[in-house]
Amino acid sequence: MELDALYQEVILDHYKHPQHKGLHSTYDAQVHHVNPSCGDEITLNLALMGDSISSISWDGVGCSISQASVSIMSDLVIGKSVNEARVILDNFVELMQSKGLKTGDPVILEDAVSLAGVSKFPARIKCALLGWMAYKDAVLAASNK
Amino acid sequence: MSELDVATIRKDFPIFTRTIRDGKKLVYLDSGATSQKPQSVIDAEVNFYTKHNAAAHRGAHQLAEEATEAMESARQIVADFLGADVDEIVFTKSATESLNLVAYSYTSLLTKDDSIVVTEMEHHANLIPWQQLAERTGATLKWFEVDIEGRLDLSDINQVITEDTKIVAITHQSNVLGTINPLEAIVARAHEVGAVVVLDACQSVPHMPINVKELDVDFLTFSGHKAVGPTGVGVLWGRSELLEMLPPFLFGGSMIENVTMTSATWAPAPRKFEAGVPNMAQIVGLGAALNYLSRIGMEKIFLHEVKLGAYLIKKLSALEGLRIIGPQHMDARGGTVSFTFGDIHPHDLGQYLDAQGIAVRTGHHCAWPLTRKLGVPATTRASLYFYNDEGDVDALVDAIIGAKKYFGRP
Repeated sequence: MELDALYQEVILDHYKHPQHKGLHSTYDAQVHHVNPSCGDEITLNLALMGDSISSISWDGVGCSISQASVSIMSDLVIGKSVNEARVILDNFVELMQSKGLKTGDPVILEDAVSLAGVSKFPARIKCALLGWMAYKDAVLAASNK
Repeated sequence: MSELDVATIRKDFPIFTRTIRDGKKLVYLDSGATSQKPQSVIDAEVNFYTKHNAAAHRGAHQLAEEATEAMESARQIVADFLGADVDEIVFTKSATESLNLVAYSYTSLLTKDDSIVVTEMEHHANLIPWQQLAERTGATLKWFEVDIEGRLDLSDINQVITEDTKIVAITHQSNVLGTINPLEAIVARAHEVGAVVVLDACQSVPHMPINVKELDVDFLTFSGHKAVGPTGVGVLWGRSELLEMLPPFLFGGSMIENVTMTSATWAPAPRKFEAGVPNMAQIVGLGAALNYLSRIGMEKIFLHEVKLGAYLIKKLSALEGLRIIGPQHMDARGGTVSFTFGDIHPHDLGQYLDAQGIAVRTGHHCAWPLTRKLGVPATTRASLYFYNDEGDVDALVDAIIGAKKYFGRP
């Protein structure tokens, strides 16, 4: 069933046990992103140490796809360099735009490949990208600081 | 009064012959967003383009004559449907445009000493135009609050609608809660202080008998596509003396009386508000839609929805963890029911329902201040129409139970 391609176990796991949720008090940049068509919201704090992402913490409300996706993203990019994270982000965006034709590179995207099924549901792509776009904004703001 | 024969009615709507996802029967519970279209409406549009297409009110030829006749016949149908005079019916492209038209046209008529009153349950389309009007003119924006049951709190009506109030803009029936608002008290107070009442009737005109003279409001708008008509056509009704007094909103062809290189004067209403070649095929389609609804009977439609709404609320209320957002009984309420269900997010529930062929709306329903006030970032909304029956409600309830199992899997 198409629905099972969307709601993989990994996604429901992250939804029920979100990683890095709860905002840290110290950060280099804080961003707030909203999905105006549905009301999903996320606040994301990001800290850099030199060129690497030392911490991401977040809080938000939203559907399982948006919440799991930000949890997976946080897990993935914490500890990576900004450049490494950019490769991951680009890969993920490409996967989301693939209309179900790509499965994603598990070496680069790890758990995020479980979100591949989202690309078949145009209305949900923005859910999956919410946290990633917040990250993109935050890392830019922190780098310019 | 005989009940509606839903099975026969559905045969008028070709969309019900298709299937959804993996061959599932379509259970359409999203008529609050847009209604489905009967064949007679589709035919009316096709027939216009096939046989009568020309620019109405322009051209010296037979086709232009026929196009004009088709469009003006539709205007008469709308007027009769609302109990209005034909010259009081303005065609717009949407109810959103109608509300913007009134709000813009009042710009030169308001000052910083005036106030505009709305409610917390307004759709963004009946909130933001007034916010912007207040910003342009310096007028104060005030509002009625919504109580915990999803009803307007009118306890302070004399403090909200005051001597300086010029416009009271209010929805007839909430697109989120299903609440039907008590217009009588609000209209009486508004008129007492000399304010006009602008009624957003998008969720009431398609669902109940409406007579503008009985409602005693001053402006009323609805959209064609929620009343089994086409998209791209909205109606603005206004009292003739108000339409005469209001300056136009859009300028251009056909809305003028006389034009020189430096100035222009306006045609009488409704033409003054209908610049440009109108959406003629859609207007004709709307005429066919209202004729269709009249044949079914608006009173019957309303009673059917109240009965089915009661059944829906009863079945939903029996589900553990399900919270109805809005009135819990059918007194002054229509067949639109919003709810939350345990910790399943509405998007996820909506996605699961879709996989079963059930179409609902999820989110804040373009009424963000309201959902914020009620403490729910998003809800799932089932909105009924006369082509729904108890089988649709049963399918929804069964699927909600299925969703609990699906998302609760270990």
